[in-house]
Amino acid sequence: MTTVDLDTARTALSDACSDVTDATPADAVDGVPAALVARPGSTEETAAVLRAAAAAGLTVVPRGQGTKLTWGRPPESADVVLDLSRMNRVLDHAAGDLIVDTEAGALLSDVQRTAGSAGQRLALDEPVAGGTVGGMLATNASGPGRVAVGTARDLLIGVTVVRADGVVAKAGGRVVKNVAGYDLGKLVIGSFGTLVVVTRAVFRLHPVPAARRFVTVPFGTPEDASRLVQSVVHAQVVPAAVEVEWRVDGAGTVGVLLEGTPAGVEARTTTTRRLLGAGTEAAEAAPPGWGVLPWTDEPGSTGLKLTCALSGLAPVLTAVRRAAEDAGVALTVRGSGGAGVLYAALGADAPVDAVADVVARTRAVCTEHGGALVVVDGPPAVKAAVDTWGPVPAIDLMRRVKEQFDPERRLAPGRFVGGI
Amino acid sequence: MSGTHGTETTAGPVLGDTPPEATSATGEAGDNAAGIAAVGRVARELMPETGVIADPTQLRTYECDGLAHYRVTPALVVLPETTEQLAAVVKACSEHGVPFVARGSGTGLSGGALPRADGVLLVTSRMRTIHEVRRADQRAIVEPGVINLDVTRAATPEGYYYAPDPSSQQICSIGGNLAENSGGAHCLKYGFTSNHVLGTELITPQGDVVQLGGLAPDSPGYDLLGTVVGSEGTLGIATTATVRLVRLPEEVRTLLVGFHTTDDAGAATSAIISAGVLPAAIEMMDALAIEAAEAAVHCNYPDGAGAVLVIELDGASAEVEHEYALVERFCQENGSFELRLAIDATERALIWRGRKSAFAAVGRISPDYIVQDGVIPRTALPEVLRAIAELSESSGVRVANVFHAGDGNLHPLVLFDDAKPGAGEAAEKVSGAILDLCITHGGAITGEHGVGVDKAAYMPKMFTDDDLDTMQLVRCAFDPGNISNPGKIFPTPRLCGEVPGKRKHAHPLVEAGLADAF
Repeated sequence: MTTVDLDTARTALSDACSDVTDATPADAVDGVPAALVARPGSTEETAAVLRAAAAAGLTVVPRGQGTKLTWGRPPESADVVLDLSRMNRVLDHAAGDLIVDTEAGALLSDVQRTAGSAGQRLALDEPVAGGTVGGMLATNASGPGRVAVGTARDLLIGVTVVRADGVVAKAGGRVVKNVAGYDLGKLVIGSFGTLVVVTRAVFRLHPVPAARRFVTVPFGTPEDASRLVQSVVHAQVVPAAVEVEWRVDGAGTVGVLLEGTPAGVEARTTTTRRLLGAGTEAAEAAPPGWGVLPWTDEPGSTGLKLTCALSGLAPVLTAVRRAAEDAGVALTVRGSGGAGVLYAALGADAPVDAVADVVARTRAVCTEHGGALVVVDGPPAVKAAVDTWGPVPAIDLMRRVKEQFDPERRLAPGRFVGGI
Repeated sequence: MSGTHGTETTAGPVLGDTPPEATSATGEAGDNAAGIAAVGRVARELMPETGVIADPTQLRTYECDGLAHYRVTPALVVLPETTEQLAAVVKACSEHGVPFVARGSGTGLSGGALPRADGVLLVTSRMRTIHEVRRADQRAIVEPGVINLDVTRAATPEGYYYAPDPSSQQICSIGGNLAENSGGAHCLKYGFTSNHVLGTELITPQGDVVQLGGLAPDSPGYDLLGTVVGSEGTLGIATTATVRLVRLPEEVRTLLVGFHTTDDAGAATSAIISAGVLPAAIEMMDALAIEAAEAAVHCNYPDGAGAVLVIELDGASAEVEHEYALVERFCQENGSFELRLAIDATERALIWRGRKSAFAAVGRISPDYIVQDGVIPRTALPEVLRAIAELSESSGVRVANVFHAGDGNLHPLVLFDDAKPGAGEAAEKVSGAILDLCITHGGAITGEHGVGVDKAAYMPKMFTDDDLDTMQLVRCAFDPGNISNPGKIFPTPRLCGEVPGKRKHAHPLVEAGLADAF
């Protein structure tokens, strides 16, 4: 905190919020120490905190359960951690309308439990367990199920936000079909807390399928993996997920999830096994590691997100493996091969230069195939040394959006693309 | 005020009609004359003679879109053939402060492509190239003027189709769909344009060309694409769209089910959805809408039906089989008296023809009508339909109901005869009261037609000043000069002004000399 002293800041915030405490080392945001933690209990209190922070010239980093707070870049400063964990209520589950209305601090698992009581679900995987709705939205987290249903942008139908100046605004609503006004929800998804603070969200729900089956088959080369993925996505088996896993020892598995009615899943499993050929297995339980981000297995490893057009799967897999081997870095890949999204972990013991080399070489191939490479998470030395977000088309427009919403760069400054 | 249609919903202008008075939403003829002349010069240098229209008679053929009640003659019409031409004209507009409006096929139902009397209309009908159908990527890349159905036609030989299917899909353009976030009957299961447009090359209101999204998902940075889709042309003009292609389903079953009342049909709909069945579409028409469709296209719907449901199930055969059994049961349990299953493509097309022609068909039973597009939570359907019936009875104004029952998107058709004094006003009143019903039931004023000029006045009923002001922050970021389709969506424009904030520090990587081009 450079502009005001702690006592002044504490006084200003305490007038706005009933729960303000001094930060502890555990409240540091990706290594950046925080000064104060404010825990508002409502949208109005959140607005009061942001007004007070604006008046006192404080930077603010929103936090849910803090499970993904090391994603992105470390903020330039974090005077106030705006902790939304008190706003944890699932406000309304309108089962007949297949929607759920929830506070941003609600645990995703609580939302699922509520929806599940009526045989419904929010069709979003939780790649990092224990997180909140707000954290999922801020990081645009998703998992294997995106192949069928998509990601947060396909499910969020209404949002309440608080701007950096403390103004409360909403967009969308409680009905799935709605084109009245700009869709601010989409703008907020994946914005890493740099644009507004989300306090409430409404999602469309889906019925929980009666049956599910995981069909897996080993693959040898990236070309094999691509051929298997293509055979499934171009068939008419309507896969819910098409995963590719490539373990550190080079053993590969393509996994297909089929969901639906018992008879339907049975028939589609038979078709899928025929498509995938020899060596397929079918199970009712998910294979080990299904939907788990590969870097969460190994603390200190570097986590990458690789995207590409579906046809780029083999070249991207080849490129990342070759780059890792050349640099002597251990590599694990796991992700939605059927959606063009892969996650990779580079071993914790990899030298920074080696990681930087893998990132640069793989990024070039991702870009060539219509995608991008982002260093999602990693040790401080790696984040300091590599261009984590990479080049971003339309960055000038993004800066202008940021300047409109948060001209004083108060919200999570520096965490996002291009130093936003 | 809501718009009205003549009998021919997609009719061109009626010469001799007096356009409504120019308002702040449409500008004054004669304003910006020097700027428009300058834009015209730029356009003529780049384009063939037929691509620039300034003749008053010809200009009038562009005075309205599908909402023919609102008419404004543009000062200039430009029909570019390339991104470069379009970008140059937009840049010229920006330099001279001339407002511009983009138009695809002109089928929109909210006046979103209503021209400005003091501005340029940019028509994309000469940009109709399907650049690529990329089967391996399940994507197509197309120009904005490409007709919606032509994307499906191009993809079908590969076993794919383009899912969003507005009723006007035989003539509406992808660029217009993108601007309006168009829906259609099948968005119950497959989502809207925003779920299917994954990338766009956008000309910003300053004339810069930027790529948003693309072949791969989750582009790093703000999801500007998600904001642009559905922004009704107020954030720029798309010159390409990268769209998702969906695999053709193994099986499709289309059912036509007759009920005695809309209540029964609504109850069947709720039972189907509650059981966890997600049909591709569930459409409802009431007796008056059926009467109109019969008169227009002889679709042979069940005699004496108080309501029909058109239900389509698609997917893997084994799943469709199961869902069909459930749907049949729920319809019977809720009082259906006739259930027809289309046995081939011809029968399926006939069932859909009745539904898809419904708006135009209403012209057979009423000289004029207003079409509304409100949305309600589906569970409120019986209550709202009864309230609409009461409104109709108490006012003496007939209302035909055609709607997407599965997602609660109503299209009440408010019928009137403009030749009778006061009839138009009475219809307007009923139409407005229906929108109020939608809002009080927690719904929305538009589900797929857009706000345009037609519903801008209703936006404050759904959103607070702060909500609208916050949306317009996006507008200010993209279009500080307020020249891209001004006067649409927002009842009052926000003055963008100069942004006082500056970046306090360089990015740490830039400071460290590690990077210079983010």
